[in-house]
Amino acid sequence: MSPALVISRREIRTYFNSPVAYIVVTVFTILTGYLFFTQLFVEKQADMRAFFNIMPLLFMFMVPAITMRLLADEKASGTLELLITLPVRDWEVVVGKFLAAMALLCTALGLTLIFAITVRSLGPLDRGPAIGGYLGLVLMGGAYVAIGVMASSFTRNSIVSFIVAFAISFGLYLLGRLTQFLPQSWQGLVAFLSIDGHFENIGRGVIDTRDLVYYFSMIGVSLLVATLSLESRRWR
Amino acid sequence: MSDVMIEVDGLTKDYGSTRAVDQVSFSVRKGEVLGFLGPNGAGKSTTMKILTCFLSPTEGRAKVAGFDVFDQSLEVRQHIGYLPEDTPIYRDMTVVEFLAFAAAMRGMDPAKSPGRIKEIGVRCGLGDVAGKLVGELSKGYRQRVGLAQAMLHDPDILILDEPTSGLDPNQIVEIRSLIKEIGREKTVILSTHILPEVQATCSRILIISGGKLVADGTPDSLRAREKGGRYRVVVESNGVAKEAIRDRLAGLAGVARCEILSAEDGAHAFAIDAAASSDLRKPIFRAAVDNRWTLLELLRESASLEDVFRNLTTGDIAGEPGAESSVEKGKS
Repeated sequence: MSPALVISRREIRTYFNSPVAYIVVTVFTILTGYLFFTQLFVEKQADMRAFFNIMPLLFMFMVPAITMRLLADEKASGTLELLITLPVRDWEVVVGKFLAAMALLCTALGLTLIFAITVRSLGPLDRGPAIGGYLGLVLMGGAYVAIGVMASSFTRNSIVSFIVAFAISFGLYLLGRLTQFLPQSWQGLVAFLSIDGHFENIGRGVIDTRDLVYYFSMIGVSLLVATLSLESRRWR
Repeated sequence: MSDVMIEVDGLTKDYGSTRAVDQVSFSVRKGEVLGFLGPNGAGKSTTMKILTCFLSPTEGRAKVAGFDVFDQSLEVRQHIGYLPEDTPIYRDMTVVEFLAFAAAMRGMDPAKSPGRIKEIGVRCGLGDVAGKLVGELSKGYRQRVGLAQAMLHDPDILILDEPTSGLDPNQIVEIRSLIKEIGREKTVILSTHILPEVQATCSRILIISGGKLVADGTPDSLRAREKGGRYRVVVESNGVAKEAIRDRLAGLAGVARCEILSAEDGAHAFAIDAAASSDLRKPIFRAAVDNRWTLLELLRESASLEDVFRNLTTGDIAGEPGAESSVEKGKS
C-alpha cells in the first residue's frame, strides 16, 4: 500500500477512536436533519434544496473542526518528526491526511442520503439536481478540506488552524456576496473565485468543466501549499 | 558500498542568527557504535535531525549509506532507523498497531511483518504491553517501542537520540547490551550526556560543544589526550622535610606540578600532575630509591572521561589547566 494510504488509514482510525468523528457526524446529521424535516413538515415540501443551500455555510464550521489537528497536532506532539523520517514524501503525508478527512466528510454526507430516500418515498425525486447536489457537495467539501489541511500545516496550534481555515473559507464565501458591489470588469473573476457559486451550478444538475476546474484547482493549490509549508522546515 | 556508512563534511546549521552546528565533519564506519557527547544544546540533536533528513544543513554535506541527505533523502530514510528525542509516538494506537503502521509505511511485506513485529517486540521486552495504548505506557516502555520501531526493518544504520533517557537501571543495562549487539554488524550513532553510557557502549566518541566538534576518538584515546594524568605518591621521609621532597619530585622530568596533600607520622602524601602522557611511575620510583625515601604508595589516576568532557565543553576553563601547568613547569 502506498504510504499516503497507510497514513490515511491510520488517520481514519484515529478519527473513530476519538470522539471527534462521532461528534462531528452527529451534530452534522442533527442540524441537516432539522433543516430537512422542518421543511418537510412545516412547509409540506419534500425537496432537498434547503439542505443543499445551507451546506456552504455548514461546511465552514464543520470541515475546519475535522481538519484542524491533522498536521498541527503532529507538530505539537513531535510525532511529525517520526512520521517524516520514515521513507515518505512530504506530499504523501499531505494527501494521506486529506483523504482521511474526506473519508470522514463523505461518511457524514452518506448519512444524509436518508433525506434523499425520504423524498423519493414521498414523491418523485428530481434525480439530476440530487445527484448533481451530492457530487457538488463532495467537490466543494474537497476544497474546504484541502483548505483545512493547508491551514493545519501553517501552525502547531489546532485552534489557530481552525480559525485560519474558517477565515479562508469565509473569505472565499464572501466573494460570492460581494460581486454586486464591484465594478463590472471584476465581477466575473470574483464570482468565479467564490467557493459556493460553482456548487450551485453543479447542484442544478449541469456539470460544467469550469466548475470542476475550480474545485480541482482549489484542492490542488491548497495541498501544494500545504506540502510546501511542510517542506519549509528544510529551507532554513 | 564502501565501509563508510556516514560521511559528514563541513556541516553547518543556522537557526535564524544562532549557529547550532558549526563546520562539523566526521565519518562513521560499519560496525562502529558512535557516541555523540555534549552538553544540552550543543547541537547533537540538530546533527541527528539533519542525518535523518528532518532538517537540511545550511552549509556542508552529509551522506548516509552513500546517499546525500538532501538530494536522496528517501533512500537515506530507507536505510536508517531513527529514534527521535523524547520518543514521540501516536498515543492513541496500541503498541502492535503502531509497529504495524511503521512496517506498512516502510513498505514491508504484509505477510511477514506480523512475525517481524513479534520478534522485535520480544527483543525489546514489549511482550507484556503489546496490546496496550502507547499513551498509557510508562516512559521506559515508550522508549522501547521507539527502539523497536527504529529496528523493525533491520536497518544498516541506527540513529538514536538519547536512547536510555527515562529508563530504569535494569532497562538501561538491557538496552545498552542490545545496542552493543546491534553495533557488531550495523552502524549506530547515539547521543547522550550520560558519560558512563558512552564508556559502556561506544567504540568511538565525538564530543560536540557549542556546535563545534571538539574531540573525536576512542574512549581510551580521549582519556590519554587529557594530558598525563595524576599520580599520588606517599613516601616515608626518614626525617627529610616535606618541602624538600616536593621540590625533588617537582624537578623530575615530565612533572608539571607537585603539591603536598598531607603529612602524618612522617609519611608525606603528594599529588603530581604529569605534563605529557609520559609514564612517571619509573622516575618517581628511581627518585625514591636514590633519595632513600621509603615508597609507601604510588598510584596513577588516569584522567576520567568526565575530566575530558568538562575540559572540552566548558569553554573558558578549557584553556586554564594547560596554561597553569606550563607556568609551573617554567618555574621549576
